[in-house]
Amino acid sequence: MPKDRSKRRNLLRPIAEAGHCGVFLIRMLAGIRLERGLLISTLQQTYMIGARSLVIIMICGFFVGMVLSLQSINALQQFGASDQVSLLVGKSLFRELGPVLTALLFAGRAGTSIAAEIGLMKATSQIEAMQLMAIDPVQRIALPRFLAGVISVPLLTALFNAFAIMGAVIFSVGVMGLDPGVFWSKLQTGILFGKDFMGGVWKSVVFGGIISLIAVFFGYYAKPTGEGVGTATTQTVVLSSVLVLIFDFIMTSFLI
Amino acid sequence: MQDPIIRISNLVYRRGTNIILDDVSMDIKRGSIVAIMGPSGVGKTTILRLISGQLHPNHGSVEINGQHISKLSHHELYRCREDIGVLLQNGALFTDLTVFENIATPLREHTDLSEEEIKDRVMAKLESVGLANTSDLMPHSLSGGMARRVALARAVIMNPKIVLFDEPMTGLDPIAMSTVARLIKKTNDNLGLTSVIVTHNVVQMTKLVDYCFVLAGSKLIAEGSPQALMHSSEPAVDQFMNGRVEGPLSFNSPKP
Repeated sequence: MPKDRSKRRNLLRPIAEAGHCGVFLIRMLAGIRLERGLLISTLQQTYMIGARSLVIIMICGFFVGMVLSLQSINALQQFGASDQVSLLVGKSLFRELGPVLTALLFAGRAGTSIAAEIGLMKATSQIEAMQLMAIDPVQRIALPRFLAGVISVPLLTALFNAFAIMGAVIFSVGVMGLDPGVFWSKLQTGILFGKDFMGGVWKSVVFGGIISLIAVFFGYYAKPTGEGVGTATTQTVVLSSVLVLIFDFIMTSFLI
Repeated sequence: MQDPIIRISNLVYRRGTNIILDDVSMDIKRGSIVAIMGPSGVGKTTILRLISGQLHPNHGSVEINGQHISKLSHHELYRCREDIGVLLQNGALFTDLTVFENIATPLREHTDLSEEEIKDRVMAKLESVGLANTSDLMPHSLSGGMARRVALARAVIMNPKIVLFDEPMTGLDPIAMSTVARLIKKTNDNLGLTSVIVTHNVVQMTKLVDYCFVLAGSKLIAEGSPQALMHSSEPAVDQFMNGRVEGPLSFNSPKP
């Protein structure tokens, strides 16, 4: 009997955890006010987690664009349609690869750093000190980081896409000798603002929210030990990557 | 007789099946410096957490200025905490803020003071703990004693009525220890505070405090002036106060 109960408890734990995370999100969102303090700390965090991810996003975007055009040209040449490469690269980037890869890179670069930072603040009693000063750490610590994540990921996605297109142009036009006019005109006429561009923007907003929520939640409830901080960091990157891919499928099925 | 500022009545606190505090009662006089002493792991810090409302008693009550702490709503508890300063064991300074910003945090959060007034108040507090020239330093560049003094300045920046100290002397060299002890005394007298110090440093406490409570085996075993306790005929009190190896208090931890 007790074995059954513990099995049931283990099965129900993810549901309870998801509920707990939902309550945490509501607690955070309830604190959104147009205040100078929140604005400043959100901007600071946007710089810390967003601006500092720029280099990795630019490098990855550039090489993803190059490899995508290499693969596409290789495949399209068989059908004599290599002039369609910019359309294929653009559609794949704006709809899927841009938001998803940026989100995965963001989870590895910024999500882990958010979880580790908050976990460490907990381990060194800084969160406790804040509560004792009658300052709500959810509002003061978690909310600015969450908002910064929601703001940063779409901006980073745009940058990723721009560098990927740049990589694709350099490879297709510079290396493979494709006509630049054809490349740009196919891209301009083939990419739809509503479906392709905005679809990607919505996805990246949701991914930013998922990653930063998971990061602040696991950081905030990390065990106040070195091992606890490590576990929170690992859980953040694993769970947020999985959720990004699941939500990508769900959103794509609605947006397509 | 004047009403005590803190009244703990028949307090029982359990963690799982372990009884941490059993039927503990204390009255703490307004304006006094009081020590709660006892061997490590006896529940001294737990009492501080019960006073600050971080924990709730299983039985009995904690009253501050006549308010039952465990019956307050979240909002009321945060209001009440504005009158309580806490110095945690390691200082718990915010590692991402300068010394100045650490001390200014409660003022920015709870008052509408101008930047000029905040600067004046923070610098006055830093001056009072002898660290006026450290305002731009980051916490990691301070020594243990300096960090503790900055934490003291932060704990009293809101001019609280009560300050709770959790092991303020732990890990300090003798000079830093005496400096912190003198500052606690000076701050208490100048600001008319009530100070509650949790410690096992008997030597420093006998010089500093007006009244002591001694905990052992989950119970309050003695109370009185430090001098009276030093000469207590109660074997457990005598063993603890005079640091004797032989006696009723066991060095080994009790069975869970």
